[in-house]
Amino acid sequence: MNATADALVIMKRQLLQLVRVPEVLIFSTIQPVMFVLLFRYVFGGSISTGQPGGYIQLLMPGIFVQTVAFTLAGTAVGLAEDMQKGLIDRFRSLPISRAAVVFGRALGDAALNVVVLTVMGLAGFAVGWRPTSGFLKILIGFLFLLLFGFAMSWIGVLIGLSVREARVAQNVVFIAVFPLTFLSNAFAPTTGMPHVLQYFAEWNPVSTMVAGSRQLFGLTNHFGVTAGSFPSTHPLAMSVVYMILIMAVFMPLSVRKYIRAANK
Amino acid sequence: MKSVTAENLVKTYKKGEIKALDGLNLDVEEGTILGVLGPNGAGKTTTVRILATLLNPDSGHATVNGIDVSKHPSEVRKIIGLSGQYAAVDETLTGWDNLVMFGRLYHLRPTDAKRRAEELLEQFSLSDSARRPIRTFSGGMRRRLDLAASLIVRPKVLFLDEPTTGLDPRGRQEMWGVIEELVKDGVTLLLTTQYLEEADHLADEIAVIDHGKVIARGTSDELKRQVGGERLEIVVDAQNLQKADEIVARISGNPTTVDQGLRQISAAVSTGSRALIEAARELDDAGIHPLDIGLKRPSLDDVFLSLTGHVAETDKNGGATS
Repeated sequence: MNATADALVIMKRQLLQLVRVPEVLIFSTIQPVMFVLLFRYVFGGSISTGQPGGYIQLLMPGIFVQTVAFTLAGTAVGLAEDMQKGLIDRFRSLPISRAAVVFGRALGDAALNVVVLTVMGLAGFAVGWRPTSGFLKILIGFLFLLLFGFAMSWIGVLIGLSVREARVAQNVVFIAVFPLTFLSNAFAPTTGMPHVLQYFAEWNPVSTMVAGSRQLFGLTNHFGVTAGSFPSTHPLAMSVVYMILIMAVFMPLSVRKYIRAANK
Repeated sequence: MKSVTAENLVKTYKKGEIKALDGLNLDVEEGTILGVLGPNGAGKTTTVRILATLLNPDSGHATVNGIDVSKHPSEVRKIIGLSGQYAAVDETLTGWDNLVMFGRLYHLRPTDAKRRAEELLEQFSLSDSARRPIRTFSGGMRRRLDLAASLIVRPKVLFLDEPTTGLDPRGRQEMWGVIEELVKDGVTLLLTTQYLEEADHLADEIAVIDHGKVIARGTSDELKRQVGGERLEIVVDAQNLQKADEIVARISGNPTTVDQGLRQISAAVSTGSRALIEAARELDDAGIHPLDIGLKRPSLDDVFLSLTGHVAETDKNGGATS
């Protein structure tokens, strides 16, 4: 299949970039590791979780989800830069599948996440993270996170191809994703939030992802006023629904945008 | 045979407010270079983008090698090469990485893609820098690599959009050398430029465009002739000005223009170098030693000025979008 082969060439390009400019990889792993350490030692002491093993057990799934959610920043900025530099024009003048470039980009960012999640997992382990669900479930947990990153990438593709400048892409993503990751159960239990926010936080895909990951890593989720709601009782199913929805909407939009993308 | 044709291309932006192309017509004979010359905003880049299948025209019709660009864009993409104003290569990767990647995207096998990358790096004198990231390249080297990337599958038709904009004189000379070599291999080339001397130097034929239309076309000589023929120009000492003026008037048979400040006399001549020799002889017989004497042919700048009514705008920022 030519289309798949083309997408793999584009993905390989991204991996090659990491080899040529290792700083990118170093800094994209330092930041999440830094978050792990900061949250573990700054908030860890003051958030009482009642969780055996302490706050770090709740924190790690939260930080994993936050990190993969921000995958779309890399996707958006990368594509916006390619647009700005005319590289997208060159790709569009080549006899390749119309979906190859954006698919390759999303795959490349997923591959980068494999490295980032591995480094974070090891850092978490070093400061006391001990998932208890057994090898298979832990593996499924990481695959679940990777898939979420892949789905989020497609939102990034659309943003990256729509903005004029890479810097704008960066800001758009930050404004959209940062509140989502905090209006969730990722870093603190939602039970302390105003009721309205608790409902929002419970339906927030970031929360269902975090709750789902916690389940897969062997934790029990606790909920406040929203206990018993569908997302709180079926976080894994709800997350899968969200991922399918995101991809169903953003994949076709992104490919269409790519085909029409015109550097004005 | 015509390798490229464009008929009545119209393209507007912002819901018709900006008319980039306004019924543009052009064609390129197989194996020749057409220089598309025009100021910023004349429609050069839009034309190239339509011909290279990146943009659909609002109306009109274009073909490359007989294939309709709007109806069969993927067929066209197999036989064209495009190199734009901005070096469209991945700057974090090396020259080698880039060429192999593009080779793979043209569906060459890995070994063939590598062999072709090697050949092109050699051909464009980039072998020594092949393993360095592009961001360490000079502007001229980047452009050469960009051009190399557009030649991977030996395209039948090559589009170069302002290949030397923003380059220093040396980079420009090198690029010209590379382009001249290419055409020896028989590729058909459409080249846009805002540099008059570039069109003059490289192109077999020139299409002058302004406001989205071709306003004149022909060889460089034909265009120059269109503006008027050669002029005899003589500079003499002030005391000989009147006498020299009489001589020039007699030889040319045309009214003369006298610039008192420059002490220069000029007149249109139809007999070319014969008029020059005659003038030299008569001045010598009259005991006048001209400080300067020569035939001046109109430059493309003169052509541009007389066709468009404005001077060709040179771009101060080194980049242009049109």
